[in-house]
Amino acid sequence: MSAGNPRSILPRPAPPASAVAGPKTPRAASISALAEIWNLLGGIPDPEIPVISIVELGIVRDVAYEGSTLVVSVTPTYSGCPATAVIAGDIAATLNEAGYTDHRMRTQLAPAWSTDWIEPAARERLRLYGIAPPGERVGTQRVNVSGLRRHAPPRAIACPRCGSLRTREISAFGSTPCKAQHRCDDCLEPFDYFKPI
Amino acid sequence: MTRDHDLLDYLLRLADSDLVLAQRLGAWIGHGPVLEEDIASANVGLDLLGQARLWFAYAGEVEARFAKRGRSEDELAFLRESSQYRNVLLVEQPNGDYAHTMTRQFFFDAFHELLLDILSRSRDACIAEIAAKGAKEVRYHVERSSGWVIRLGDGTDESRRRMQAACDALWMYAGEMFEPDETGHALAVEGIGCDAQALAPAWRERVGGVMAEATLTVPVSDWAQTGSKRGVHTEHLSRLLAEMQVLPRTFAGAQW
Repeated sequence: MSAGNPRSILPRPAPPASAVAGPKTPRAASISALAEIWNLLGGIPDPEIPVISIVELGIVRDVAYEGSTLVVSVTPTYSGCPATAVIAGDIAATLNEAGYTDHRMRTQLAPAWSTDWIEPAARERLRLYGIAPPGERVGTQRVNVSGLRRHAPPRAIACPRCGSLRTREISAFGSTPCKAQHRCDDCLEPFDYFKPI
Repeated sequence: MTRDHDLLDYLLRLADSDLVLAQRLGAWIGHGPVLEEDIASANVGLDLLGQARLWFAYAGEVEARFAKRGRSEDELAFLRESSQYRNVLLVEQPNGDYAHTMTRQFFFDAFHELLLDILSRSRDACIAEIAAKGAKEVRYHVERSSGWVIRLGDGTDESRRRMQAACDALWMYAGEMFEPDETGHALAVEGIGCDAQALAPAWRERVGGVMAEATLTVPVSDWAQTGSKRGVHTEHLSRLLAEMQVLPRTFAGAQW
């Protein structure tokens, strides 16, 4: 736990529309200025999975000016993901380096992050990196607790190395909160699966 | 008691249960029966710690509405005595063997999922957002713990014996999660909190289903040990807090 201001990790209500993109900031009027910032953020790799950017991961939710302050809204992947603090530092450093000094980060919890937001190109890069990309989300229905997985048809998750569908889950929890551990029964290699949420 | 006093108390219940269980799970790191379980315990604990932080942060904001200032996450976690903690008694019970750890986890996960499902529709936007985020994580928690209850219950004679012993020992603490009280009721009426009592039938049905599949016998007694809502805990919480709080209490304001 950080000793920081408790307000820092709480969702903030969005300001009234009149406060956003005020006339005081010439950049705010320009769509291309915001596009430039999106580009900058798109160059920041996820600290734990460096083959995809934080934008491709879907955690940068909004970029906007509030008065003269650039506000970047970021949503955490998992509530306790330790990478969140690193990402905040990376965003601040990148913006400072590019000359944007008046900025802050807003944590946005809703809607809760979903692996559905990971872009197709990023999924392919995950696979090439050795992480099976996330499959379909279970949705919002409850887990069928008493139905249980030994009766459920095994989820067909392709091995990122040999492409075989004869794979099995070793554990739903892996080296980072967003990954599960799987194993391929054909090439016999273990692999990470980016679990859907 | 104003509404914000009630709300603070309610948020501490949510935060404290998450924090105390996270601390218990952290103690398995490096001691898990297999590496995958070691990692899984750490991950579930991390999710719960993250959720606890969000609840604490909001609790501090609510407190600032009526007190001179709201306490920080660290102050709430490290500078309260056991009598000021509001976690359910179940989560402070010792790790014991893996049967105890997994039974405690399953009883709590099944409750937690139902609870967050209701809270994700709270009229308090902050509660709704934190709950909706946590609910997604808890779905993985309950899938794992229920799977282990079945594997160990319907396993060897020895694993079954231990699972039944764990269920019998922890059952008396499970009922407290559904204990009705004025604070919970008042917030439920306002559409902000959840009337825990209302979750009991669904919990019993789901837990009963898993235990039946695990060939375990559901204990017959309905008697529940209560007390946490008044700050009356089992002796185990003080020891857990002593270990968890020793550094910030010894070196006030210490930073890494």
